[in-house]
Amino acid sequence: MKKTFLITILSFCLLPNLFAQDDLMKMLEEESKKQKKKEFATATFKTTRLINGQSIENVAAGVLDVKISHRFGMVNRGAYEFFGLDQATMRMGLDYGISNRLMVGIGRSTYQKQYDAYYKFKLLRQSSGGRGSSPISISATSSVMLQTLKWEDPKRQNYYTSRISFAHQLIIARKFSEAVSLQLMPSYVHYNLVQNATDPNDIFALGAGGRIKLSKRLSFNVEYYHVLPISFVAGQDYRLPGTRNSLAVGFDIETGGHVFQLHFTNSTGMTEKTFITETTGDFFKGDIHFGFNLSRVFTIKNKHFRKK
Amino acid sequence: MKKQLAGLLVLFLALNAPAQNIQITKNGKISFYSRAKSPEKVEADNNEVSSVFNTETGDIVFAVLMKSFHFERALMEEHFHENYVESNKYPKSTFKGKIINMSSVNLTKDGVYPVTVEGEFTLHGVTRKVSYTGSLSVKAGKINATSKFSIKLKDYNVTIPSLVADKISEDIDISVDCRYEPKS
Repeated sequence: MKKTFLITILSFCLLPNLFAQDDLMKMLEEESKKQKKKEFATATFKTTRLINGQSIENVAAGVLDVKISHRFGMVNRGAYEFFGLDQATMRMGLDYGISNRLMVGIGRSTYQKQYDAYYKFKLLRQSSGGRGSSPISISATSSVMLQTLKWEDPKRQNYYTSRISFAHQLIIARKFSEAVSLQLMPSYVHYNLVQNATDPNDIFALGAGGRIKLSKRLSFNVEYYHVLPISFVAGQDYRLPGTRNSLAVGFDIETGGHVFQLHFTNSTGMTEKTFITETTGDFFKGDIHFGFNLSRVFTIKNKHFRKK
Repeated sequence: MKKQLAGLLVLFLALNAPAQNIQITKNGKISFYSRAKSPEKVEADNNEVSSVFNTETGDIVFAVLMKSFHFERALMEEHFHENYVESNKYPKSTFKGKIINMSSVNLTKDGVYPVTVEGEFTLHGVTRKVSYTGSLSVKAGKINATSKFSIKLKDYNVTIPSLVADKISEDIDISVDCRYEPKS
């Protein structure tokens, strides 16, 4: 009996020394549990565009993102057109992060000689830990597009506002894991003027898209916009004549400050109204454009600046 | 028999009672810097380092949340967490060790004492036995620990893609600065 006591006492004396470092570590863990921090999901996608359309990502505050995007001709045009590479449409754009929630951008496309401008605002950010964490992120974005092609009929009374269209989108996204992120994009496009009486001025669509990371710096993306059969005006169609739903598949390749997005899509335009509502190509008949978006970021203002 | 048990309990409590010799910090600083000829400075600060230090035995531990490292450039920060240290997979870096020459430090006397610390450093899921030098400075009973050392990224399985190899050095200089308070 005495022996066991001695052994117990001895082990009590020795234990604290043997496991001192682990005890200290436990102490730290308990301290850190007390002040659990809310953590926001980051890098749901690699850049601010999924493929054609907006992703849930914003550029950070004070960061300027220069985007050059190309869509070549259709690959089924054969060797004479070098599988579409002889033709190209382009959009040059500048995006800027005003705050970590709000970004704005402007662009100019060769397609329809369009100017566009947009904002994107993070309404809700996916987060874990702490109070009021959210399983999803939600952003709102609106863009205005101005096409500046010559008037088809200069003799009639033409209004400047007839050139303008708008697009409004909600982006609902979730980063499910390091590799998989998905988003839904309910969208609404408004044309101030359409060509025919039966063409709709208001078009509704639901977009869906996602990515799978193949490696740390390479991901595979898919993006699809389905025009919804919703029409509020009697005698009007719900979509523009001869148009199809937009589908795009592609890869994001990231190297330091650059992101290259290479993709295949049946859409020609790179603004919301053109790819959501004016896509004419049939993806499965080879009306596919090869294209790329090139992004390079510059830190203009160090909002993120560390406090020294 | 009862007395013996009571004695044992007292002894047990005495050994586990919160000791005065435990020093703690929750806002220690660790910064690192990559020695490369890059036009963009690759450096980051973490001001939320927690550490506990037993002044009697010299046992010292650090826990560093990787997500608390902040860079000047937002994209660099994103890439650091996503592609290099994989902060979601390995959220914490730790050090568990001992100051081996604690006997040469007099905490009751102001001064700067050079120390050597030995232990296990875990980063990016890799644990290595290390030994670094630093100093403990004592001023009016307050203890400040500092250390500067460098690590090799490949020792911790952090790979640099060849495309940016000229921008990020294989050697990373790390500096530690922790001001301790007695644990309440």
